[in-house]
Amino acid sequence: MNLTLKIWRQSGPDAQGELVTYPVNDVSEDMSFLEMLDVLNEDLTAKDEEPVAFDSDCREGICGMCSLMINGEAHGPEVTTTCQLHMRSFSDGETITIEPWRAQAFPLVKDLIVDRSAFDRIIQAGGYISVKTGAAVEANNLQVQKHKADRAFDTATCIGCGACVAACPNASGMLFLGAKITHLGELPQGQAERDSRVVKMINQHDAEDFGGCQNLGECSAACPKEIPLNVISQLNRDFIKAKS
Amino acid sequence: MPELIDNLYSLGDQIEDTRAPDVPIAEMWTKAKFDNKLVNPTNRRKLSVIIVGTGLAGGAAAATLGEAGYHVKSFCYQDSPRRAHSVAAQGGINAAKNYNDDGDSIYRLFYDTVKGGDYRSRESNSYRLAEVSANIIDQCVAQGVPFARDYGGLLDNRSFGGVQVARTFYARGQTGQQLLIGAYQAMERQVAEGTVEQFTRHEMLEVIIVDGKARGIIARDMVTGEIETHLADVVVLASGGYGNVFYLSTNAMGCNVTATWRAHRKGAYFANPCYTQIHPTCIPVAGDYQSKLTLMSESLRNDGRIWVPKSRDDVEKDPRDIPEEDRDYYLERKYPAFGNLVPRDIGSRQAKVVCDEGRGVGPKVGDFRRGVYLDFASAIERMGEEAVKAKYGNLFDMYQQITGENPYEVPMRIYPAVHYTMGGLWVDYNLETTVPGLFAAGEANFSDHGANRLGASSLMQCLSDGYFVLPNTIRDYLASGPFEPVAEDAPEVLEARKTVEDRIEKLLSINGDRTVDSFHKELGNIVWEYCGMERNDAGLRKGIDLVRSLREEFWRNVKVPGSATTLNQSLEKAGRVADFFELAELMFIDALHRTESCGCHFRSESQTEDGEALRDDDKFAYVAAWEFTGGDEGTFEPPVLHKEDLVYNFIQLKQRSYK
Ligand SMILES: Cc1cc2nc3c(=O)[nH]c(=O)nc-3n(C[C@H](O)[C@H](O)[C@H](O)COP(=O)(O)OP(=O)(O)OC[C@H]3O[C@@H](n4cnc5c(N)ncnc54)[C@H](O)[C@@H]3O)c2cc1C
Ligand code: SF4
Ligand code: FES
Repeated sequence: MNLTLKIWRQSGPDAQGELVTYPVNDVSEDMSFLEMLDVLNEDLTAKDEEPVAFDSDCREGICGMCSLMINGEAHGPEVTTTCQLHMRSFSDGETITIEPWRAQAFPLVKDLIVDRSAFDRIIQAGGYISVKTGAAVEANNLQVQKHKADRAFDTATCIGCGACVAACPNASGMLFLGAKITHLGELPQGQAERDSRVVKMINQHDAEDFGGCQNLGECSAACPKEIPLNVISQLNRDFIKAKS
Repeated sequence: MPELIDNLYSLGDQIEDTRAPDVPIAEMWTKAKFDNKLVNPTNRRKLSVIIVGTGLAGGAAAATLGEAGYHVKSFCYQDSPRRAHSVAAQGGINAAKNYNDDGDSIYRLFYDTVKGGDYRSRESNSYRLAEVSANIIDQCVAQGVPFARDYGGLLDNRSFGGVQVARTFYARGQTGQQLLIGAYQAMERQVAEGTVEQFTRHEMLEVIIVDGKARGIIARDMVTGEIETHLADVVVLASGGYGNVFYLSTNAMGCNVTATWRAHRKGAYFANPCYTQIHPTCIPVAGDYQSKLTLMSESLRNDGRIWVPKSRDDVEKDPRDIPEEDRDYYLERKYPAFGNLVPRDIGSRQAKVVCDEGRGVGPKVGDFRRGVYLDFASAIERMGEEAVKAKYGNLFDMYQQITGENPYEVPMRIYPAVHYTMGGLWVDYNLETTVPGLFAAGEANFSDHGANRLGASSLMQCLSDGYFVLPNTIRDYLASGPFEPVAEDAPEVLEARKTVEDRIEKLLSINGDRTVDSFHKELGNIVWEYCGMERNDAGLRKGIDLVRSLREEFWRNVKVPGSATTLNQSLEKAGRVADFFELAELMFIDALHRTESCGCHFRSESQTEDGEALRDDDKFAYVAAWEFTGGDEGTFEPPVLHKEDLVYNFIQLKQRSYK
């Protein structure tokens, strides 16, 4: 198929950016979206133009490195990551607009690449269970009810990609935060720090310039790992309890 | 000048590991921990450790050494430590817990590791790995890693290729991610404590060696392009494997050999580079634009059945229309005891065999169809679709996402792909390389898996190295520190910086006609064709010539757009590919010199009547550790081979049999 791409080009954080149009031809529907961009970049290089900078690493939908707003949707039209999106989701002749995540808390680095280190700092604030290496007890001394273990797992699948923030009109990081609070809060190991964790993480979230949550649900709809919206209610409950 | 063999390499002195205590194997690690010197807690803060890599090995080491109070600097090329490629591991992690009372023990895991590695690993290291394995699970559970559990709330296990006990712990199909998040969170906790400094989007490009000791690294800030000097008392490389030398592999796009290769050029021996593992269950190549291959967890082999049509005439038929009697379940037929659960090397090679016979399925790649069926029809009948979904749902979804086919209805197609590299920097029992103060951990070292790694054993090794081994052995090294401070403008530092700067400058100035990727693809094809699943003398010699001439063209004709002082992904790739070219030559030489077959290294000249790998223990029961002898960028002088004899005191060498 033949497509027209409109891609955000910006040479650096302080430079002026713009959408630039590139036609691409003979795209196979078995290509992944990023492979389609690889082909474009090979062409640009051959023509002595600078290729488009974008992030990706595992290309298996698990590392959370890839991003991209595709026609205004975080990770594009399917419930998956950009690297797992395939061209069969598009049709011949389509125009596709490709932009970076846009959020105060994710400053732009170059072209389609943004800085998501705010997420690391939220984890630093309290997204862990404090246990010294070597100090752990025998694993099976600790029973975890299956439904709790399953819920902990479901919320631990967050890959830290930031699509929830990009999709949210307020650029809130509450889904990411709620996923971590729920993962650690469901487990018996996570109880000791449960109250302090939620307070510290929320404070850090706010300090990073993420917006507030208005329950619009765009985050969960965009999340490639289908983190449910109810982790935000869990987050709020834990927060109120910790404060009281 | 020592005599050149085959005009390719020369033979140097024997080497050996002198660090494992001379006591019975079950007491070695306890004794070593006791013998290793201690560092007073108040001195630790004055001692600094650089760790390149934030995967399971590097992340776990950073967290633990930070916790112990050392000053740690941690580096990764991704934008967050949590994205290291360990995140992609699906299947699970082994541990000798014997929760199922099915006869597992430390000794059995040790035995399986050595046998699985086709008797080419060091006993002392493999034993320690098995010994430490149980602690890993305890540690991870305490951190909140959500392993699968049964209805009683206890940890669940499954069995994995090549063994007959259920000792694999898993977190649905995302074991690596969950373990890595555990290590990452522990490390971030130390970042908050101020013991770990984190440098993301930083690529290490050179090691700094002063007075014969590793004292730091040169790294490039991948956002600003700035070349930075980082100094420390000790340097750890936990930079992962080099499977991307094949271009197409299950590794992440950025996986590279640069960190370990730069160390090799500075004196660290590189061991067994030709031992590369080809994983039997990957999604086949679909087209020449393909950027990477995707692994389907081999846990699928527990319930899926692998087959091809008996007759070549059936390969284009809809598989559902091929009756049972016309199907060849070739693994079940050839290996009745293990069936579809044979070790990876055997599973992979047999897939190649049936495809070479013209019985492969799926689209033609070159002259052959490269695919075999992995069929869940009988599992769905036996367990019901819901149960299959609960166990493998995410893998099936992934398959459908990539191929556009529904695996609940049509059998999946799979083919082997490069997956793991057993070779790596040579290390002793303490994980120290031949350069004092330079340690290597995780997939970056060669230590525990011999010529073939068992499924679910890499995660185990990485975490064993990171949480338990390094923190104990580095302490012994650091006890004699802090070392004399190194000045930022010391000649050794300036020389390392200059090497990096000159190379970048050179890559940018060639301005030829071909893109980096086009070279990388061609290199990958050569390595896959002549140093892949099956190797022979003529092919390996041809491969060396092809690699050399392509490398010569690379340094004359590569085109790297952009500048050195901004984020420049073409430049990053160019540096990595340049190092792959040198590594590739060493892989070929290593594969050529080892005229036996062992594990994943299959020389067609050396096979049993049944077509299995035939070892030659009299000649080759050694680790091949290669020394770099010089050469400008892009060339290298014939390397020197140092042999470490493998002595088996506890396990008797046998011809592997999985019949
Ligand atoms: C798809 C897949 C599935 C797998 N499944 C399993 C499984 O089920 N069970 C199992 O046991 N094993 C499995 N493996 C193998 C296992 O995951 C890896 O061997 C292991 O995770 C490697 O961990 P590591 O810590 O050594 O390196 P990695 O996790 O690869 O980390 C490397 C680190 O080094 C950094 N780095 C690399 N080069 C540089 C540089 N030059 N400068 C700065 N930083 C650098 C990277 O940023 C990264 O942080 C799988 C592997 C793959 C690819
Ligand atoms: S919650 Fe979902 S969208 Fe947000 S970072 Fe995690 S995986 Fe990405
Ligand atoms: S590149 Fe890893 S999730 Fe997309």
